[in-house]
Amino acid sequence: MEPVAFQPSMILAILPEIGLVALAAVVLLLDIAWRNRGAARRNLGWVTAGGLLVVLALTIAFARPADAPQLIFGGMLRLDGMAFVFRLVFVMGAALTALFAMEHEPVGRHGEFYGLLLLATLGMNLMAASADLVMLYLAIETTSLPLYVMAGFKTRDPRSTEAGIKYFLFGAMTSAVMLYGFSLLFGLTGVTNLYAMAGQITAGTLAPALPLLAAVLVLVGFGFKVSAVPFHFWAPDVYEGAPTPVAGFLSTASKAAGFAVLMRVLVAVFPTQTAELLDWRVLVGVLALASMIIGNILAIVQKNIKRLLAYSSIAQAGYMLVGVAAGSELGAAGVTFYLLSYLVTNLAAFGIVELVGRTLCSDDLDAYAGLQRRNPNLALALLVALLSLGGIPPLSGFVGKLLVFGAAVQSGTLGIVLAFVGVLTSVVALYYYLTILKIVYVQPSAPDARPLPVSPPWRVALVVCVAFILFMGTVIGPWFGLSTLGASGLF
Amino acid sequence: MQQAQFPLLSMIIFLPAIAGLVILALPANRREWIRWTALGTALFTLLLSILLYIAYDAESGGYQWVEGPIPWIPGLGASYFVGVDGISTPLVLLGALVVAFGIMVSWNVEDRPREFFSFIMFLGTSVLGVFSSLDLFMLFFFFELAVFPKFLMIAMWGYPKTREYGAMKLTLYLFLGSVISLVGVLAMYFAAGKNTFNMLELEQAGFPLAFQQAWFPVVFLGFAILGGIFPFHSWAPDGHVAAPTAVSMLLAGVEMKVGAFAALRVAIMMMPEGARAWAWLILILATINVVYGALIALVQTDFKYVIGFSSVSHMGLVLIGFATLSTEGLLGAGMQMFSHGVMTALFFAVVGMVYDRAHTRDIAQLGGLFRKMPVAAIGFIVAGLVSMGMPGFSGFMAEFPIFMGAWQVAPVVAIIAVLGVIVTAGYILLVVRRVFFGEIPPALDKTVGDVSTMDKIVVISLSAIMIALGWFPQALMAGMIHSGVQRIVALLGGA
Repeated sequence: MEPVAFQPSMILAILPEIGLVALAAVVLLLDIAWRNRGAARRNLGWVTAGGLLVVLALTIAFARPADAPQLIFGGMLRLDGMAFVFRLVFVMGAALTALFAMEHEPVGRHGEFYGLLLLATLGMNLMAASADLVMLYLAIETTSLPLYVMAGFKTRDPRSTEAGIKYFLFGAMTSAVMLYGFSLLFGLTGVTNLYAMAGQITAGTLAPALPLLAAVLVLVGFGFKVSAVPFHFWAPDVYEGAPTPVAGFLSTASKAAGFAVLMRVLVAVFPTQTAELLDWRVLVGVLALASMIIGNILAIVQKNIKRLLAYSSIAQAGYMLVGVAAGSELGAAGVTFYLLSYLVTNLAAFGIVELVGRTLCSDDLDAYAGLQRRNPNLALALLVALLSLGGIPPLSGFVGKLLVFGAAVQSGTLGIVLAFVGVLTSVVALYYYLTILKIVYVQPSAPDARPLPVSPPWRVALVVCVAFILFMGTVIGPWFGLSTLGASGLF
Repeated sequence: MQQAQFPLLSMIIFLPAIAGLVILALPANRREWIRWTALGTALFTLLLSILLYIAYDAESGGYQWVEGPIPWIPGLGASYFVGVDGISTPLVLLGALVVAFGIMVSWNVEDRPREFFSFIMFLGTSVLGVFSSLDLFMLFFFFELAVFPKFLMIAMWGYPKTREYGAMKLTLYLFLGSVISLVGVLAMYFAAGKNTFNMLELEQAGFPLAFQQAWFPVVFLGFAILGGIFPFHSWAPDGHVAAPTAVSMLLAGVEMKVGAFAALRVAIMMMPEGARAWAWLILILATINVVYGALIALVQTDFKYVIGFSSVSHMGLVLIGFATLSTEGLLGAGMQMFSHGVMTALFFAVVGMVYDRAHTRDIAQLGGLFRKMPVAAIGFIVAGLVSMGMPGFSGFMAEFPIFMGAWQVAPVVAIIAVLGVIVTAGYILLVVRRVFFGEIPPALDKTVGDVSTMDKIVVISLSAIMIALGWFPQALMAGMIHSGVQRIVALLGGA
């Protein structure tokens, strides 16, 4: 595939990214303008969310993929369904995170927090669209650096700073390994464009083991991003220490960005081998297996809900990797659907954790005792989120699981094994989700049952999340269509 | 296949769920509004399903009141597609019946009635949806919809000592069964290669013999776990006993039929060669169900556990009927699904009435309650006679054809299963004598009163159904079920 020569219309294709940069500038300027007006600065959350809504509209209006995928800006970016769908995911995730963060004391009144959020989103957008190793690496770092700062944003809280440092060290290390993999790929093929590289590798002049070695190294970096076992060690500590809205953002949008590049690079660059053991699908299958088993089993013993959700998010990454390992368009569509669903579901869960943690000053599971009697609607929202994570209809998580397992069964023996392990570990997962619900619905609450005050932005965000969970779980057709559009960009 | 002129079946399926949502939106302290909304909807749904039952034309058979297929996920070939045949029409009636009566026996729920009545309505939609599905995706959708109401209803309103354990065990067992079947169903979907979940088309897919032999046990056993098949039955007694009365009625009365029905509809009807290859295993397991369940029921000291294990035993008869793969056996199994559903709902209703008044389920501490609650006692005795297979009651009309079918394929199974029925007579008579006759313990003499009018309506209606079925089986039900069985036998390649 040859890059298209520059045309002014290409600017339209990166209009969402331009919008994000402009919005970040506006937010930072407003932060300065409102320097002495503490109450008004809270409204930066509304500005961010509103601006992101505009960006979303820009994306849908102008950055829609052409009929055939195009390489633009000298082959740096690829304009296709994948880039389009994932941009929607990131922008939506950032908007919801901004709303959830507004009341969160340590971050909600700081303009630089929203600025960092927007820059990270910019990086993710570019990650999903990158078609060149150089661009890809820059995009990954543009995403990661703001996230490191966001994780350590509570500078007076040692756990938050520890989270930031830990996330940074892990990130830097895996990034270095990944970069080494990139350099091998460049050395083997002499090009940096992913799609030009694919031609070189499939030409078959290389020993098949060499690209596989590069694939292993690259997978280290992507595995870190999606928090797959064995690159998951950072996740529980970072989720626990980071401000809760940041943890929500890390577990959803950042993970989605990781999956976008994972799928693009693996499918575009590495051919599926006939000799099964040398196939990247086996590598991904092993990661999936380890993530599903270890994530779910370790989640059972957690007493802190943020750590529990961290292990659950490791396990969820495992389910999505099952879809990737299928190596088919249905698998990629399943992963995309799963990520869309996971975005709203996990953000809803972390939103509720944020509210409970803020009011009751505790993230322990015991703090949730009797939540249903304090606020039945909140409990119902938590029920929807957790059951969607568990894969129960009529919620979106059910469809996501069905699609990735379906793709796995379709792909052959390895896939059938993965599907069986997947459904068996889903039973384990349901156990701990139901345990939380049991605490919420059955256990009596502490005597000092303080009411849980819900602020307007928080309510808006939660209602949007829950509505999407239900909507995607019942009216499935259009969302599956969107996911298929995303997957079609890969194949 | 003729499309329904009127969306009767869709109304039956979705009315309860809509009522469930409406109830959740009502203020929590409006108890009257809440329970009357629930009962009103349940009775209206029951009325509609009676209409459906009467309007079903057994002469022409096949699927009737068909709606769809309306595309749901066009890319995958999943659609909204409902219809009922001779097997599922009685089950739809059973589901609506037990939901309505379950609400009536829970009329006085004190703790969070809004959530209670709302969740029970969702459970209703789940079971009615499964019985009416003609699309595999939809069947699964409704099948797993039951997970959260089941869990929360047992955990929130169940018997305090065991509810958390019972709820978790039941939910995880059943989820395990359903997801194992799900993998099998996905394998069927791709093996058929028709890009459709339409069950009528998948029936005609003609899966290769090796495929059927490999996947039949996966799909069948996954669903049959919900049917209570040995050795995966232990969720049933623990779950039923831990559950509040209405949920015990629904779980044993209807949910276990959901499992059996799905095993029949998906595994046996779509992979007949697989069924033939594995029938021996099902026969053995189901026979163990019958005898083992009855023997364990015999030694229980807890009133509710007796009934819990009796369900395991009786569901064994349904599975034996399936495994004969013959007209008689399947006819009996169809009858037994309905008859057992009504019978066990009545059993659990009476057990609940006794427990609510005596505050104990220990058989040794009960006695002489016939004088205190004659209607409930007579109801229990009627259900007991049904469960023993007495002629003149619906149980006989269900069990007799099953034994006939079993005799044709494996006489030894028939003999052992009949022995199981004799044990049944033993534990039923024992319980009836100890709980309802003999000396009334002085502690109970003062405190226990008669059951409420609403309870009496439930007991009398359920008893009447079983007696009517015992006298007029052909006119009331067997003809309809026979029309459904003919279709199955045709798929099995028999005459």
